[in-house]
Amino acid sequence: MTTVFGIPTQALFGQLLIGLINGSFYAMLSLGLSVIFGLLNIINFAHGAQYMMGAFAAYFLLQWAGLGYWWALLIAPVVVGLIGVVMERTMLKRLYALDHLYGLLLTFGLALVIQGLFRNQFGSSGLPFQIPPELTGGRNLGFMILPNYRAWVVGFSLMTCLATWYVIERTKLGAYLRAATENPTLVQAFGVNVPRMITLTYGFGVALAALAGVLAAPIYQVNPLMGADLIIVVFAVVVIGGMGSIAGSIITGFALGIIEGLTKVFYPEASNTVIFVIMALVLLVRPTGLFGRDR
Amino acid sequence: MVTASGTAPPVHETLTVSGRHQVTAFAVMVLLLVVAPFFIYPLFLMKALCFALFACAFNLLIGYVGLLSFGHAVFLGSAGYTSAHAAKVWGWPPELAILGGTLTAAALGIVIGALAIRSKGIYFANITLALAQMTYFFFLQAKFTGGEDGIQAVPRGVLLRLFDLRGVMTMYFVVLAIFLAGFLLLYRTIHSPFGQVLKAIREHEPRAISLGYSAERYKLAAFVVSATLSGLAGGTKAIVFQLASLTDVHWTMSGEVVLMTLLGGLGTVFGPVVGAFIVVSLENYLAQLGAWVTVVQGVIFVVCVLTFRRGVVGELARLIRRPL
Repeated sequence: MTTVFGIPTQALFGQLLIGLINGSFYAMLSLGLSVIFGLLNIINFAHGAQYMMGAFAAYFLLQWAGLGYWWALLIAPVVVGLIGVVMERTMLKRLYALDHLYGLLLTFGLALVIQGLFRNQFGSSGLPFQIPPELTGGRNLGFMILPNYRAWVVGFSLMTCLATWYVIERTKLGAYLRAATENPTLVQAFGVNVPRMITLTYGFGVALAALAGVLAAPIYQVNPLMGADLIIVVFAVVVIGGMGSIAGSIITGFALGIIEGLTKVFYPEASNTVIFVIMALVLLVRPTGLFGRDR
Repeated sequence: MVTASGTAPPVHETLTVSGRHQVTAFAVMVLLLVVAPFFIYPLFLMKALCFALFACAFNLLIGYVGLLSFGHAVFLGSAGYTSAHAAKVWGWPPELAILGGTLTAAALGIVIGALAIRSKGIYFANITLALAQMTYFFFLQAKFTGGEDGIQAVPRGVLLRLFDLRGVMTMYFVVLAIFLAGFLLLYRTIHSPFGQVLKAIREHEPRAISLGYSAERYKLAAFVVSATLSGLAGGTKAIVFQLASLTDVHWTMSGEVVLMTLLGGLGTVFGPVVGAFIVVSLENYLAQLGAWVTVVQGVIFVVCVLTFRRGVVGELARLIRRPL
């Protein structure tokens, strides 16, 4: 058996792949958080709950409507995104004039409600969700076996992140969005409907979380608490990348997933904490994060 | 600034006028707490008192410095583990065990505070949360904490070789004394020149800096005081319940203390105490309902943030037009 630094290559690449998968979810979730934070200036604490709702939406679609994975990939983000829009219109909207911390507290409360309701209904054990038949099996790459579904998750989330980055940084719509982030009053004066843009941005960020939830459903089980602890890691990722930075959250998301995977190989005891340690170190050197600006 | 709902009493309000009301309220509170154990289950009261001290300590940061720490459970929990370990494994008497726990929390407060204090608002909340989660994993993996089991059957011991804490009433009045000492210390802190500077920093940090105050140093000092008293609450709680467990370091506990303070009234002296008693009683009554506790807590959060931002004591203070 071949080894690298005394570690069998099989184990090394296996953990690297797991790291890449986790990184995909970190990237998608921190991207959504960043987009929301950029325009609304709130930390969406309900993001983990919305990710979980995405996975459950996929489960419901299959159980109740007989619609499979591919439909879920399309419908779940739209439905959960719409729920997000309703949340923004009915509740978050009232808090913009106040301290931004109230937005954090409100979404924290919403996360507790959503997760509590799902736990009452479905318990804490996971519900299984099958990998779609088109993506079962794997490919032998010579040095390791690559399961098709995992390759799909990494590829798809990378595409989603790049597409989002492109829309925000390179299109006219994205230019409006970035302008509104800088100075909403002025953008409104130019005739852009900023409140509607805020609503849609929140809905989009939530939809991204739900999309990540659908992708995660076949890998992890569908579980009411699947987003609860994940979201705290994602918060740390966002702090490292620099809050509100689009490219920063994508790059740090994938990078930290890989670093976490490697830590599992070389020093398993630290794999839970490595991201937080990196966060502390980054804060010492650059308090605004690697890609963040002072604001 | 968190008390932006317009209730924050003007800083120049004469202390003599507001002071008299607060002295009356304090006397009522002490009287109620002295009589209470003869009518209400003392263990429940002790739990509420520990959380009340915890919430008061937390309130120093959010109410008077405007910093929302989302990782305060770490100070409660780490002190609990230290006290429990000291009392059980090292055989320390309760007063030293609690002191040891409190000092641990203070030390952690210096480290976490120094890292987090450079950022504000949401960043601060985020960073304290992440650092707290890191500490949580440390306690989860460390050998001495007993992992998921926690440290159980901690001996209560004999306080100062005089008071046998196995007697429930003795234990209660010791807890009450600790709570009142912490409460008065915080009251003094808030109404001292130091506290006035904290409020000045909350209202307008650049101006406070331009007046020559080192805002970061003041904020760090407030953070450490808050962490230390949270530790005092945690250490006491571990001795009372003879248990230190992961619940007390988990982020849900950090959320709970925010809830208590918010419900009672941010930046009020008595609010956190009222909030802690309400939340602990709620949990007591809803305990059989499982996850519904979380739902109810979440709903209270949402309602408080949307319509009831002053909290119970804050609304009361507005009614009688006196700060409480």
